Amino acid sequence: MTTPKSPEQSASLPLDKGGPEKDTPERKNFSPKPLVLGAVFGVLFGFLLQKGGVAKYHILIGTLLLEDFTVVKVMLTAIIVGSIGIFSLHALGLVKLHVKPTRYAANIIGGLLFGVGFALMGYCPGTGAAALGQGNLDAISAIIGLMIGSYLFAEVSGRLEMTVMKWGDRGKLMLPELVKVSLATFLMVWIPMLLIILVALDRFTLR
Amino acid sequence: MRTVISFNIGLSVFSPLAALAAPPGTHPYDYPGGAWSPYLVGALIGILSMLTFYFSNKPLGASTAYARLAGMLGNVAAPKHTKSLKFYQDNKPAVDWEVMLLVGAILGAFLAAWQGGELSFEWLPPMWAARFGQDTLVIRLAVALVGGILVAFGARLAGGCTSGHGISGALQLSVGSWVALICFFVGGIAAAMLMYRI
Repeated sequence: MTTPKSPEQSASLPLDKGGPEKDTPERKNFSPKPLVLGAVFGVLFGFLLQKGGVAKYHILIGTLLLEDFTVVKVMLTAIIVGSIGIFSLHALGLVKLHVKPTRYAANIIGGLLFGVGFALMGYCPGTGAAALGQGNLDAISAIIGLMIGSYLFAEVSGRLEMTVMKWGDRGKLMLPELVKVSLATFLMVWIPMLLIILVALDRFTLR
Repeated sequence: MRTVISFNIGLSVFSPLAALAAPPGTHPYDYPGGAWSPYLVGALIGILSMLTFYFSNKPLGASTAYARLAGMLGNVAAPKHTKSLKFYQDNKPAVDWEVMLLVGAILGAFLAAWQGGELSFEWLPPMWAARFGQDTLVIRLAVALVGGILVAFGARLAGGCTSGHGISGALQLSVGSWVALICFFVGGIAAAMLMYRI
């Protein structure tokens, strides 16, 4: 296989955006610590999703009906706090980034399929788990569907990687590169902009 | 007093016109909201993201765990075939950090609902029942199943879900994550409007 230029190299921000998110053969010295940490973070994540109300069917569907903005408020706040926090930690050299690859065709087609499925299911993968935890038993059916859908994707993954997932592949492209400014400059405009949207949502919506 | 602009079409309590748009019992405000402020929860999820990056070198994400679980079942049912699939060569079906995160999330949500007296134990979401009828459990389960299939396939194709793209990818300013997130909502809004408002 010949890949003339890797999309990874076309990225221009002087940042280490993390390697490909694939399994690395580091399983030999197995340690239970990552698994325990995963479970602890999972408990916290599920606890917060439930307390936020975003594991509730009517709140998730209400989001898609543009009648309930709880989910948008939770996500925007998480994005603002997380962005500031993680880019600060990264500037201090304390964390590695895990920027997701941009593949326009796959992002758009997959995103639209996801969206339609989201409305039918009434939950998304994370909130579906939380929904089951709080006792929404229809989430069992949704979770079985999630496993079937994942396996179906694996069935065609070879073919998709040769086609759709190559269309518009831009590698780990970040918004500042798209508008050709530095990360710091971008964040100085971006974060206040998200904050304004959040304040507007708070003022003009009941929930 | 706060002005509420009603591009929020369905405020059935406040506007008689809106009652036309939202049949009784199908407005989200007919049911309780979150127990905690969305800003508090959002901020804590943001901080949780920092912790997972720092301590586990991982972004929050939920959808790959289902793929790994499905692969583990595939390894039992059809091991040769499962091992031949490109996706499972790149992503070994095993209990990993994300699977534990997912299992933990089920437990965490249970604890939160239990602590807050919000445990539901119901098969049919009340809003669904108000729209489609009390005796539609089989349809609900079928729709949730099909929805789950589309969501998982879409998430794998798009490269993440509402957590992976919508929170972790978006906060790292990934262009693809914002594109995917917008498409999640475009597809979702269209389908939800068809189901509940047309």
